[in-house]
Amino acid sequence: MSVRTLVINGKDVAGDADQTILEVARENSIHIPTLCHLKGLSDVGACRLCVVEVAGVNKLLAACVTKVEEGMSVVTDSPTLHDYRRTIIEMLFMERNHVCSVCVANNHCELQDAAKELGLTHFDLPPLEPVVEVDASHERFVIDHNRCILCTRCVRVCDEIEEAHTWDVFDRGAGCRVITDMGTPWGESRTCTSCGKCVQVCPTGALFEKGRSVAEAKHRRRFLPYLRALEQDQQ
Amino acid sequence: MTEIIIDPVTRIEGHSKITIQLDELGQVVDAHFHVTQFRGFERISQGRPFHEMPALMARICGICPVSHLIASAKTCEEIMAVSIPPVAVNLRRVMNLAQMVQSHALSFFHLSSPDLLLGFDADAAGRNFLGVAAAAPQLALDGVAMRKFGQQIIERLGGKRVHPGWIVPGGVSHPLEPEIRDEILAGIPDALERIRRTLSWYKANVADWADEAAVFANFPSLYMGLVHENGDIAFSDGDLRVVDAAGYLVADHIDPRPYWDYLGESVEPWSFLKSTYWKDLGYPEGLYRVGPLARLNVIDQMGTPEADEELQQYRERLGRYPASSFYYHHARLIEILHCIHAIAALLSDPGILDDRVRAVAGANRSEGVGVSEAPRGTLLHHYRVDENGLIEWANLIIATGHNNLAMNRGVLEVARKYVHGTEIQESMLNRVEAVIRCFDPCLSCSTHAIGEMPLNVQLIGPNGQVLDELAR
Repeated sequence: MSVRTLVINGKDVAGDADQTILEVARENSIHIPTLCHLKGLSDVGACRLCVVEVAGVNKLLAACVTKVEEGMSVVTDSPTLHDYRRTIIEMLFMERNHVCSVCVANNHCELQDAAKELGLTHFDLPPLEPVVEVDASHERFVIDHNRCILCTRCVRVCDEIEEAHTWDVFDRGAGCRVITDMGTPWGESRTCTSCGKCVQVCPTGALFEKGRSVAEAKHRRRFLPYLRALEQDQQ
Repeated sequence: MTEIIIDPVTRIEGHSKITIQLDELGQVVDAHFHVTQFRGFERISQGRPFHEMPALMARICGICPVSHLIASAKTCEEIMAVSIPPVAVNLRRVMNLAQMVQSHALSFFHLSSPDLLLGFDADAAGRNFLGVAAAAPQLALDGVAMRKFGQQIIERLGGKRVHPGWIVPGGVSHPLEPEIRDEILAGIPDALERIRRTLSWYKANVADWADEAAVFANFPSLYMGLVHENGDIAFSDGDLRVVDAAGYLVADHIDPRPYWDYLGESVEPWSFLKSTYWKDLGYPEGLYRVGPLARLNVIDQMGTPEADEELQQYRERLGRYPASSFYYHHARLIEILHCIHAIAALLSDPGILDDRVRAVAGANRSEGVGVSEAPRGTLLHHYRVDENGLIEWANLIIATGHNNLAMNRGVLEVARKYVHGTEIQESMLNRVEAVIRCFDPCLSCSTHAIGEMPLNVQLIGPNGQVLDELAR
């Protein structure tokens, strides 16, 4: 173990060389908002909500994928960061069709929570309102791409924990989608074990159990760190 | 040809305008009630999982979301091919009855009582609910309290006053807690006292409104509403019954599923609101009415003793099948009385606390039709789903659609009596609006209960020139 000392928001902190800024910040009760990050899964820095300012670096860095370094000076909250994060959330809302009032994840949604936290009370950007499909071919689960923010938690949990690798990411830009078995309907997937982990880790109402009504999608995620630890023990 | 336009019509739910066409002699030749807003829920719902439909459809209306929740959930249960737990049926009834109370209270006290109490020709600036509060504080207080009574029941059961998510396909999402039941029951005596006082006030003053009652959409028509098997009034369940102006039973206990066999839907270029008609009589002769007046005409009895006494008095006073739409007001008050008693009766049954409240199933049929009574009348939902349970097609017939032909004819009747010459008269404006208010039309989910919405009226000559203009 190699210790690194650094300063976050003026507070002297220390962490292991393998730890990220986000991990060290949280160990020291310093809040950094996140969306694609989930404890127990690898980090990909997809959402950029956890961006922080690092002295001497002329760009913002994602705290979830940036390792701590000796002598680092990090700022996790500033008017600039707040504006960037607020814009990120606004763009996520505008990119697809998020209608909280009729969503299964209403009041249990991390996108909604982030909007509340960042004071996003209205939208200034024009909505794209794309025509986006819903795949309800699976016997137990549905994916509504209207509500997907491409955090890839489903892709990672399926690959890293369930090890089925049913989910993947297809295409780029506005056409980007998470897909099952190279683009076949979910109900026809031969790799899906129907374990439901992807549904439990989804931060929004994009993945949900069939039959759930508005505001009924409550996620159960406490299993993840245990499963991850178990897997590491076995290795 | 000259045209009078009232735009917008005030103190109703939603946006509309009225045009009255005059000939060269200033005689009314036609009148139209235009619904000027477009919603598109039938299209929006396409591609959505059917379990989502009740919550989505409830967003049609902020006044009567419970009716949409029930009609939509019943449609989904047809698709699921399930019969829901009996306690869920009764719990939904309680919520729908509470909604009847609050919505009727809004219609009677907040929207219509300014005309009744202050007079149809009173100054428009003060003829609103605040004017009622100044002139008759008790009446206004009773209105606020009745609405609160209904809204609080909805909130206690569903967690929210507007758009509760509690009614779901298969039943309700969670059972009733004993404390909630007791809280609701504790409010019953006060609510009864207030509606009794209001009924007495209405009956003592009804003679003053005889002129309006004579011409407010006063014509024979068919009437449609839900009844229980024993002829009691029904709001959430029951079967459709249709009677004509003389009481002839046109149809009884009919299955709503093939409503298209007996109800036609017509689209007119001047309104976004469809007009439905009884197919056997054709369009537009197949005009029928729904809502409180129609319900009281189709039922045998209310089903609660005190409301039945009121119904008897109502029928003694007005005849067995009152035809004037003015009496929607009276019918609304009797329904409030019944609903309060019915809520008390349902909650007094210990079985109401049963915790088996939800049936679970997927899509087992490709099509479903659900019907319930909204405060304004019969509400029909009809969905088709694909093999995965995604909505392919939806059709909704809301109460105001059923009443559309009757409202148009009502406007024409009033215009014929009160429009003279080519100058706009306040008395005509007031009554043309008031006849619409009798039907308590729900044109959207907007809740323009109180406010000074602008009222612009124009007289337009044959070449489009403005001959006269009046603005409030």
